[in-house]
Amino acid sequence: MDNKQSRNPEFSNNDNCTCECNDLDAILAKYNNDPTRLMDILIDVQMQCGCVSEKAVKVIAKAINYSSVDVVQTLSFYHFFSQTPTGKYTVYLNDSVVAEMMGRDEIAKTFEEEAGCKFGSVSEDGRIGLFNTSCIGMNDQEPSAIINQRVFTKLTTEKVKKIVRGMKNDYDTEDLIGTEVQSNILKQGPILTKDSNLGEAIKKAVTMSPEDVIEEIKQSNLRGRGGAGFPTAMKWRFCRNAEGEKHYVFCNADEGEPGTFKDRVILTDRPQLLFAGMTIAGYAIGSDEGILYLRYEYKYMEKFLEEVLSKLREEGLLGKDVAGEKGFNFDIRIQFGGGAYICGEESALLESAEGKRGEPRDRPPFPVVKGYLQQPTAVNNVETLCAVAKIMHKGAKWYRSLGTLESTGSKLISVSGDCEKPGVYEVEWGFTVNDILELVGAKNVQAVQVGGPSGNCIASNEFNRKLAYEDLSTGGSLIVIGNERDLLKDIVLNFTEFFIEESCGSCVPCRAMTVQYKNKLEKIIRGNGVADDIDQMLQWENVMKSNRCGLGHTAANPIISTIKNFRELYDAKINEDTDFVSEFDLEAAVAESCKTAGRVPNLGGE
Amino acid sequence: MSKPIVATTSLAGCFGCHMSLLDIDERILDLIELVEFNKSPIDDIKTFTKQCDIGIIEGGCCNSENVHVLKEFRKNCKILISVGECAIMGGLPAMRNNNASISECLEEAYLNCVSVQANDEKIIPNDEELPMILDRVYPCHEIVKIDYFLPGCAPRADLIWNALVALVTGNEMDLPYEVVKFD
Repeated sequence: MDNKQSRNPEFSNNDNCTCECNDLDAILAKYNNDPTRLMDILIDVQMQCGCVSEKAVKVIAKAINYSSVDVVQTLSFYHFFSQTPTGKYTVYLNDSVVAEMMGRDEIAKTFEEEAGCKFGSVSEDGRIGLFNTSCIGMNDQEPSAIINQRVFTKLTTEKVKKIVRGMKNDYDTEDLIGTEVQSNILKQGPILTKDSNLGEAIKKAVTMSPEDVIEEIKQSNLRGRGGAGFPTAMKWRFCRNAEGEKHYVFCNADEGEPGTFKDRVILTDRPQLLFAGMTIAGYAIGSDEGILYLRYEYKYMEKFLEEVLSKLREEGLLGKDVAGEKGFNFDIRIQFGGGAYICGEESALLESAEGKRGEPRDRPPFPVVKGYLQQPTAVNNVETLCAVAKIMHKGAKWYRSLGTLESTGSKLISVSGDCEKPGVYEVEWGFTVNDILELVGAKNVQAVQVGGPSGNCIASNEFNRKLAYEDLSTGGSLIVIGNERDLLKDIVLNFTEFFIEESCGSCVPCRAMTVQYKNKLEKIIRGNGVADDIDQMLQWENVMKSNRCGLGHTAANPIISTIKNFRELYDAKINEDTDFVSEFDLEAAVAESCKTAGRVPNLGGE
Repeated sequence: MSKPIVATTSLAGCFGCHMSLLDIDERILDLIELVEFNKSPIDDIKTFTKQCDIGIIEGGCCNSENVHVLKEFRKNCKILISVGECAIMGGLPAMRNNNASISECLEEAYLNCVSVQANDEKIIPNDEELPMILDRVYPCHEIVKIDYFLPGCAPRADLIWNALVALVTGNEMDLPYEVVKFD
C-alpha cells in the first residue's frame, strides 16, 4: 500500500499493548463518563498509554455507553490518536511546504538513521516512533517536530542526533536538547500593542446592555478573521436571538491552514486579550460558558493557558459575577482537538468538540441557531475576539479609523518561506503584497501563496493588490516562494497531497478527485502530460463545488490557481504534438508474473 | 457514402456488454443497415481486414494479449469507445489490484488454494503460447487514448444504441434518465 499513508498506524488485531489499559477509571471519572467528552478521554488515554488499544476502546465504550465501533470511529479520525503503540517517544515531523523548503528531508533522514526505523513506524524496542504530520504552526522556525506534545523548532542534523541520543537514554522530553518556540512578532499594530489594563474592556462592556455591546461591534464594522469575513455583530445578534437552553461561545483556535501561525503567537503572548474578547462575546450573546477549541499541536501551551485562566478567575474577570456585574457568570475551558485540519471548519469543530468525527454538518441550521450540543453557538476566530476586546476598550470609532472603508482594523499576517524575516506582522488592511514583501525582506520572489493552500497563488503582476476583504482576502498567511523553487513539484504537489490527507472523506469529489488531481499533476511533472490534461483539471473544478464544505471547495485551488496564474509552467511541460501519452510499460507490467511462473517474457510480438 | 465500419472486442470482460449490445433486439436489423461490422465476435471476423471508424471495447487489460488487441484497435479505428465498468475502471477483474501482488494471486490460484488438486509438480502455467499476466488490471484509457466512455455494468442496450446512432448520424445523443441510471 501507499507508504505515505503513515500517519495513522492501522488497527491491529494483535493486542500487543503492554500497559495497564484497564486502569482508565480515573480518566473516565474525570469526565463523568460523558460521551460528549470523548475527545478528552481519548487524549488522556493516548497520553497515558501511548495508544488507545482495542482493550482500552472496550473499557471506554462500556463506560460511556457507546459501542466499540462508535469509539473507534472518533479515534481513527484524528491522526494524533493511534490504535497501536507509537513509541515511548513519538516524533511528529512536519512535512508541509515550508518545512520542505527549510530542509526537512535531511532532518527526516537523520531521524531515521539515528532512531533505526523509518517514518511511519516504531523502532524495534518500542522506544521511538517516527511519523509525519501536517503543518504544526511553526512555519517561521522550520524544520520542526512535536515530540510527546513538546515542540522542537529549527532542527539541524546535530540537534536531531542529540535528541535521539537523549531519547535512547530515557531523558524526560523536558531535558532533551531543543529550542524554544519563538514568537517572532516583527510588527505590532493596534491588536498586538499591549495595553495596561485589559480588565477595563470587560468592565466597560458589562456596564452597557448586551444589545449595546453588539451595536458597538457593529459600528466598528468588524468582520471574522478566520477567512470568510462574516460580520461579527450579525453573527452575535443571530446567536443572541436564537432560542436555546444555553448559549455557547467558541473560540476557533484550530489554526490548521499551512503557513498560518498568528493565533499561536496571540495565544502565547496575548492570551488575556483573547479571553477578554471571549468574555465580552459571552456577555453579548447571553452565554455563561466559553470553549477554546485548541489544536492538538498546541498542547504544549496548555499549562500556561490554564495558569492565565486561573489568574483571571482570581482577579474576578472569570467565574461568578464577572467584573463585579451581578448575575453575569462566565468561565472558559480548553477543548483540545486530535489533529485534523478539517476541524477548523466551524461545524466540524463543533462535531469534534462533542466527541465525534470532525465531519462538517449540513447547513442550515447554522451554528448560531443549533451549534454545540444543538444549542445556539457563536464560533469566532482568535484574532476576531482579540479585536473585540480592543474595540470595547478604545471604541468603535477608533477601530473604524484603521484600515479601509470595507475592511476596518488590522490583520495579523504570518509570513514564511523564502524571506529574511519570517514571523508575525500586524498591518492595517489595505497594505499591498509588495509592502509586505518589502517588510519581510523578500527578494527574487516567484510567487506568493496567499491564505495557505486553500487560498490563491499569485504572480508578481498581482503583487500590487491590497490585502482587504474587497480585494485580496486572507485568513492570515503569506508563503513567499523564491525564484529557485520548482513551483509545481515543490509547492503545488505538496499542497495537493495535504488535501488528500486532510479530506474527511465524506463527499466523493473531495475524497476521490483530489487523488485524480494529484495523478494528473504528477503525470505532467513527469513530462507525460498533454493539453487535454490541463483542460480536464480546469473542468473538474465545477465538480469540486459539489462538496459540502470549504475544504472540498478549495482542495483543487493549488492546481487551479497556478494554472490560471502560472500557465506557462504547465505549458512548458506538456507534449504539444500529441493528444495522448501512455505511461504503460509492458516489460515492467509482466516482469513479476513471468518470474513467478518461471518463464522468459516475450516482448517482441508487437 | 459507404457505411461506417464498426469493430468490437471483449478484453478482460465477461461478454456481458456484448450481450447488452444484442439486447437491442429487432433494432439489430436497423444496425446492419446503419453500419458494417469488421473484426468482432458478432460476425466472427478474427483480424482487421480494413480501417474501421468505430471500435467498441469491452473489458480492461489483464494480460499482454489484451494490450496487444487494444493497441491494434487503436491503430485500426478512428474512434474508440470504452464500454462498461471493466473497460473504464478495470471492473471485477481489478479486484485483484487491491491487496495482493500478482505473485500472491498466482500462488493462491495454482499452488496454495484448498481446491488445488493434482499439481504435484507445483507448476504455475508458463507455456510460451499463453499471454503474460500483467501486474494489475489496467483500464483501457491508461494504455491507449479512448475517445468516449459508456458507463454501466453492463451499459443498457439503449445507451449503446443511442450512442452509436448519435455518433454515426452526428446528432446529439439522447440520454433519458432510465438509460443512465445504474441501480
